[in-house]
Amino acid sequence: MTNNGFFGPKKTITLKVLRYKPGAIDPPRYDTFRVEANAVTTVLDALEEIKATQDSSLLYRHSCHPASCGTCGMRVNGREQLGCVARLLEQGSDVVVVEPLASAPLIADLVVDMTPFAERFAPAGMRLVRESEFNPEAETPVGVETFTRYEDCIECNICLSACPVANTNPAFIGPAGLAAAYRALVTGERSPAEVFAYVDHDDGVWRCHSAMECSAVCPSNVDPGHKIMALRRELVTYKVKRFFKRG
Amino acid sequence: MATQFHVVVIGGGSTGAALVHDLTLRGLKVTLVERGELTSGTAGRHHGLLHSGGRYAVNDQESAIECIEENQILRKIAPGSFEENDGLFVAITDEDVAYLDKFLAGCEACHIPTRVLTAEQVKRLEPHINPQVKLGVQVPDATMDCWRLPMRFFATAKRNGADIRPYTEVIGMLRTAGIVTGVRVRSHVTGKEYDIKADIVVNATGAWAEKVSEMAGARVPVKPTPGVMVAVRGRWCNMVINRLNKPSDGDIIVPQRGLSVIGTTSWTVEDPDRLGLPEDHVRLMFEKGGELIPAVRHAPMRAAWSAARPLIAEGGAQEGRALPRTFKCFDHKVRDVVEGLVTISGGKGTTMRAMAEATANVVCDKLGIDAPCRTKEVVLLPYWAYYQ
Repeated sequence: MTNNGFFGPKKTITLKVLRYKPGAIDPPRYDTFRVEANAVTTVLDALEEIKATQDSSLLYRHSCHPASCGTCGMRVNGREQLGCVARLLEQGSDVVVVEPLASAPLIADLVVDMTPFAERFAPAGMRLVRESEFNPEAETPVGVETFTRYEDCIECNICLSACPVANTNPAFIGPAGLAAAYRALVTGERSPAEVFAYVDHDDGVWRCHSAMECSAVCPSNVDPGHKIMALRRELVTYKVKRFFKRG
Repeated sequence: MATQFHVVVIGGGSTGAALVHDLTLRGLKVTLVERGELTSGTAGRHHGLLHSGGRYAVNDQESAIECIEENQILRKIAPGSFEENDGLFVAITDEDVAYLDKFLAGCEACHIPTRVLTAEQVKRLEPHINPQVKLGVQVPDATMDCWRLPMRFFATAKRNGADIRPYTEVIGMLRTAGIVTGVRVRSHVTGKEYDIKADIVVNATGAWAEKVSEMAGARVPVKPTPGVMVAVRGRWCNMVINRLNKPSDGDIIVPQRGLSVIGTTSWTVEDPDRLGLPEDHVRLMFEKGGELIPAVRHAPMRAAWSAARPLIAEGGAQEGRALPRTFKCFDHKVRDVVEGLVTISGGKGTTMRAMAEATANVVCDKLGIDAPCRTKEVVLLPYWAYYQ
């Protein structure tokens, strides 16, 4: 949707937000809040409004606001999204349910513990910066070696939350980690032996059921589902080559 | 040398991040409290520019010099956290061209390296630039990751022993005979309230500094001065594109990841929690951004948001763009006869480390500790080490 700066009329939206505070709001419950929203109001805007004017104890994670940091992953009407770009009036209902991500331990309200996720992708050797994909032919100015840009994946964890396999098998490396492994392989950052040792096992590349939910929810067009398929092809080729070398 | 002194830092933004790192390296025991997620205030949501200082080289040279010095230091201590593509100040109109001499003189005075490019060179490097472009000046701007860069400071500090407590809001100051002796906090995780004792409390809450210092009866002349930013889909430039003219609305486009971020505007608010998002400012970003790169006018909007600059308005009627971008550290013993509380505010993301150094110097002076600053040399851990 383009909507370049045209807010349109306001509408009242009801948010049902999952609340949990260990020992205080325990078991979890849903609290109801009402906010005014226009065409560009996001779920994160609504949570900020609620925190500032209705309930200062509401907890959620957020930082950058243009879907660049990956901190504000949450489930909105059952669908994994980044709160900062999930527009309230585009959720398909006047009552919008906001819940924390699955597949990570709940700390409080909408805040989940990112530690297990960091542990999944760190071994893949993910880097933030790589060469530009945009206009690589451009003459670079004196003093600039080559134009660089950040990695697409923002490590927001929402692919893992949406993945039906990860939800039943916590040991599964998961879509982001496997996509990172694929990139480390094709860019040559890691040797094939290193990458395949990381992914070639029951909780690695073979565990994926190709549900492709990860690619559907990815806010950064990383398309982890197809990266996993490509990683499998690379792995099979590698094994076949090794087999014949041995022979 | 370890000491028994304990410092509580309020505010988990970029200043707080760099400060806990600095104080920890100097051997102090440090606890940081932040009411929400780390970097959920101004730190996370600026446009992501690592300033060369070019923007301030004519009107605010103190800030410009701070920027170029810190620009070089941050690249050294946080390799991999920047898109090091430089920046380009472009002249679109004759009036812009007339600004060139002043700009180059300002950059030279502040030791900011420049290179003048012809219109043809600019168009070759930046194919989407307004074809009316007259010339460009290349400067060492860069794009920073607003979340991951401060998180590297937090990660390193945590590894060195700092106690970092997000979701913990200060609800009062502990005071004994006029001396601040700690803070009372509420955990938003458990709902419980408790005290944290401290030898010194540092208020590093940026645009919220006045709200926090008032709890101790101290004043801070901070004016929350928001600006609107708009991110559009697509990477429409390689370098950071700036308007070659005095600072104004919509004079910059920062490329980052698959986005181009257009900024910004400037107005003043009383409450940094209620910034709002003025519709006319959002439209202005498309209009003014379109003067630099016409294609952004029709690129799909990804997000629009406001962020509050914590500008210092010391003893005058100045507002908005007239306010300096430099930072100030206040010892409230000197200012308000409140002992035990120090406030750091003003400044910008680019100068986070320098702000921390200045504040840590004040803290160490007050405690009688002689420990040099080491943050110019210590290379930061990767941000994800915070979660290990």
